[in-house]
Amino acid sequence: MKQATELRKIFADGIWHQNTGLVVLLGLCPLLAVTGTVVNGLGLGLATTLTLVASNLSVSLLRGLLRPEIRIPAFVLIIASVVTTIELLMKAWLYDLFTILGIFIPLIVTNCAIIGRAEAFASRHRPLPALVDGLATGLGFCLTLVLLGALRELSGHGTLLADAELLLGQWGTHLTITIFPNHPGFLLAMLPPGAFIGLGLLIAARNALATRRASRTRRGADVLSAAKS
Amino acid sequence: MKTPAKNMWRSAALLGLVAMLGTVLLAGIHALTKDRIAEQQRRAILQQLNQVLPPEAYDNALHDDVTEISDPTFFKHPDPVQVYRARLRGEPVAAILNVVAPDGYNGDVRLLVGVFTDGRISGVRVIAHRETPGLGDPIERRRSDWITRFKGRSLDNPDPADWAVERDGGVFDQFTGATITPRAVVEAVHRALEYFSAHQEALFAARAREAETGTDR
Repeated sequence: MKQATELRKIFADGIWHQNTGLVVLLGLCPLLAVTGTVVNGLGLGLATTLTLVASNLSVSLLRGLLRPEIRIPAFVLIIASVVTTIELLMKAWLYDLFTILGIFIPLIVTNCAIIGRAEAFASRHRPLPALVDGLATGLGFCLTLVLLGALRELSGHGTLLADAELLLGQWGTHLTITIFPNHPGFLLAMLPPGAFIGLGLLIAARNALATRRASRTRRGADVLSAAKS
Repeated sequence: MKTPAKNMWRSAALLGLVAMLGTVLLAGIHALTKDRIAEQQRRAILQQLNQVLPPEAYDNALHDDVTEISDPTFFKHPDPVQVYRARLRGEPVAAILNVVAPDGYNGDVRLLVGVFTDGRISGVRVIAHRETPGLGDPIERRRSDWITRFKGRSLDNPDPADWAVERDGGVFDQFTGATITPRAVVEAVHRALEYFSAHQEALFAARAREAETGTDR
């Protein structure tokens, strides 16, 4: 029972309270660069999630073995092996998506969120919590990528999920949703400034939500304590 | 009591162990995936080639029948040009030239230009570019059908003087807000045609380059 609550907290942290893209602001380079469309964001998000799960699990399993003075180089080696494995697997089975995400797959290695989770969490916890933490952090990052991709694709092209077949195979062709037909194309959203502006809006929206939730719980607590006294 | 030296050796050994584990893992994955990756790369190339030349037009192994020409001054780009040669029952029918338009708005625009032996264009496609999204990217087939208008053209159709974008007095239209990109593409296609008509026999006679399967990049 206690463990379940603990895992739930880890999950909520990764997705909401400590969201890599929106709160901790790590790994912004790939976040800003590939989010031109939902599908690109989802592709990189899933690859990053997979990396986080595998690297957190390996770091946690090896944590008894690793000594403090060599832990950082060991983390880097582990993460690099995991990412290269994913790169090879993607080339073999998702070649078209790989050609689009291109350099950003090997660059997952340099996403500081991954080594950050290895150091701050996985190296101090048992394999199961470490795995859940990797999954939650990855999904939180993935969610940010997808949201930003949706924002930019919708305002830039007027579609959602264009080119889904690159990720999902043939049936993905029918997933494309054209919200604004004959959209003239909004250049700003597709170029890098659009990524910064979009991310800024997302961060603001998340902060507004968090503040509202916090004030509501506080008011709830006030009422409760007032009732008690 | 451990001595510092002993500690150092243990750390080094541990790090070595981690590196070895990683190497073993990657060697295994590489062995498992390398055939499939090579196959995917061939498929991707062939798919692009078939967009500029329909597969029923030839019956040879197109992606292996390649020769390379190096003429940086003519093509205005240092990279060698690959020429894929299509044959039907041993007879040359068409060639696909992998040329670069060096003067796009944002650098190189890489093209595949397919030409039948009678000098007509079988098709043109852009395979890589960095033109501005929304302005220069109608040269991509998935953005517009502009690139398909080269099909059937040849050195004297339109007249040599009209081989240019409309802004320069030619017959190929530019897009709103972008003249440089289509101009670069038109000129590169024209160069490919000129080279092909001047060197056609030599191109088909040249020995095929060694097939490069399984190599990265």
